[in-house]
Amino acid sequence: MRVALRGILANRMRSALTMLGILIGTAAVILLVAVGTGISNQVQVQIKNLGTNAIYILPERNTSAQNRGTSARRIRLTKADVKALSDKTRAPSIDLVAPTVGSSGTVTWQGNTYALQNFIGGSPEFGDIRNTPVAEGRFLNEEDIASHAKVAVIGQTVVDHLFGKGIDPVGQQVEFNGVRFRIVGLQVKKGSNGFQDQDDFMFAPISTVIDNIVGNVDSYTIIGARAANKDMLPEAMVEIRTILSQTHALKPGDPPDFIVFNAAALLAAGKAAAKQFQLLLGFVAAISLLIGGIGVMNIMLVTVTERTREIGIRKALGAQRTDIVTQFLSEAMLLASLGGLIGVAVGVGVGHLKSATMQPVVSPGSVVLSFGVSVLIGIFFGAYPASRAAALTPMEALRYE
Amino acid sequence: MTALPAAGPAEKPVLLLDRLHKKYNPGSQLEVHVLKGVSLAVERGDYVAIMGHSGSGKSTMLNILGCLDVPTEGRYLIDGVDVSSLSEAQLADVRNQYLGFVFQSFNLVRRTSALANVELPLVYAGVSRSERRRRAQTALELVGLGDRTGHMSNELSGGQQQRVAIARAIATGPAIILADEPTGNLDSQSTEEVLQIFGRLNAAGRTIVIITHEDDVASHAKRVVILADGRIAADRRNAPLHSSPPGLVDLTAAEETTEISVTDAATAPGVVVP
Repeated sequence: MRVALRGILANRMRSALTMLGILIGTAAVILLVAVGTGISNQVQVQIKNLGTNAIYILPERNTSAQNRGTSARRIRLTKADVKALSDKTRAPSIDLVAPTVGSSGTVTWQGNTYALQNFIGGSPEFGDIRNTPVAEGRFLNEEDIASHAKVAVIGQTVVDHLFGKGIDPVGQQVEFNGVRFRIVGLQVKKGSNGFQDQDDFMFAPISTVIDNIVGNVDSYTIIGARAANKDMLPEAMVEIRTILSQTHALKPGDPPDFIVFNAAALLAAGKAAAKQFQLLLGFVAAISLLIGGIGVMNIMLVTVTERTREIGIRKALGAQRTDIVTQFLSEAMLLASLGGLIGVAVGVGVGHLKSATMQPVVSPGSVVLSFGVSVLIGIFFGAYPASRAAALTPMEALRYE
Repeated sequence: MTALPAAGPAEKPVLLLDRLHKKYNPGSQLEVHVLKGVSLAVERGDYVAIMGHSGSGKSTMLNILGCLDVPTEGRYLIDGVDVSSLSEAQLADVRNQYLGFVFQSFNLVRRTSALANVELPLVYAGVSRSERRRRAQTALELVGLGDRTGHMSNELSGGQQQRVAIARAIATGPAIILADEPTGNLDSQSTEEVLQIFGRLNAAGRTIVIITHEDDVASHAKRVVILADGRIAADRRNAPLHSSPPGLVDLTAAEETTEISVTDAATAPGVVVP
């Protein structure tokens, strides 16, 4: 070991490079796997936030080319659709149906403006389907709907953009497309679902929105529905598809002109996607490990070749073959383990940094695997060429240039 | 010096080459026949200079004598033991215990201190660390470098490096010193110092085989063998050149006492070859 340490210290640059290769390989694998796991966890949490019993129905905007040619009718969700879905005999698995109308525009408060993406006219039932509590104030109620009240519930993103720090949004008057609304509630922050900001919205009573903003069009942006319970979710989805196919007069074999999606289905899809993503990251990690390994291999091969003469000298002085192999093996082991340990430290350390969007999760398996593989590569390519050089006669090794 | 009995006429030669051939790349078009049947016996305690032009095969012969290379044909016996019968591990022991090799290009291990270089053969002999340090120190003092032990090999002059190499060659107390043009890369003063060391070592009983192409280097030896084209062309004994000058005798006497510590019983020759 002492001899090995001396050998490493005698060639600082080379030793540092070898260790760097192993360090990067180890740290990269640990980090990439941790990030993959972190993202996967985060996607699952976010999708759970959607509420698993909720079903959302949207009009399909991108109908296929063949469909567009034959039937050029406008695709929309209508009162007839809502009525059919609310029929307990046709849709026994659904306990709530709530249509919404949507708009977008500019919201203003005391001269501050914000370009709002989702201005939604909804109902208390839609709030129940969405299943998100209010952080402050209240959600819309039946009275608001009945009286066409100019009140609104907003999300955190709107608050952040519109109001200064320390200002209580509840009770403030804001203006949307020229209509004044009083803020009555602030909903709990949900964060991003990976596709869009879930806190960038403003809810107002659907009656008010139809009166003042979108006009009395027989068309809904999204219809929300809720399965009576979690087990009835699949049936509820089937019922919705059947009913809408009938109300939209689709012929058998026609592609549906609406989208039905549910958080649980999304969760499964999200899980699958996250799995794919993890696989991809794992693959990238494996490649970085391989490249690190090749770097280490190169340095080790060059090192040992360069030191063939030294091996010759040592043999001329009476070193046994095992002496040489032991020396190079311990050098390689020391280097590789040091590099690997620092790599693990770096990987785990960086992996525990809390990033703004997600928390990487360091998995013990990746630590063991990356450390093991890097160290084995280092040891093998340090010791194998050395044992070959040790098998030469001293003269062959000494003549080696 | 009981381990090194004086050479007598009945004594079997310590080194014996018997019709030795060496070919490089045998069988191929690049075959070079370097040694063409060399027979040579070296008596214990002798001081032999091997001379010859470059390409005469003298280095090859010395490498074979040093067990660094193997002959293609013929026998090589150390103390009556055929080297070809030895295993690789036994050969390493022979190189470690019996032979001290000095190269023309010094061949010190780079970026390593003089002391560590001299300790190397003792490491391979399995000598304990404190003992190793003591013996390496003694060997370095023997070659006049007792004050340079901590210097890195590349911080030393050529003559100093060669003296470190000699200290390394004698560290385990080998009976035989082999030197391949040890003064070839040295100036005349360093050459003189190195030759004095060899003289003292020989006077202390060590067998020395030295390759040189300089006549005045060869004149220090007791016997001169001239190689030409892979064969021995001449073999003569030098008349005792100088009746030992008083100073050298004193040095030799001093050496004898130091030698005992350098060559202790554990590493004394005569116990290794099975």
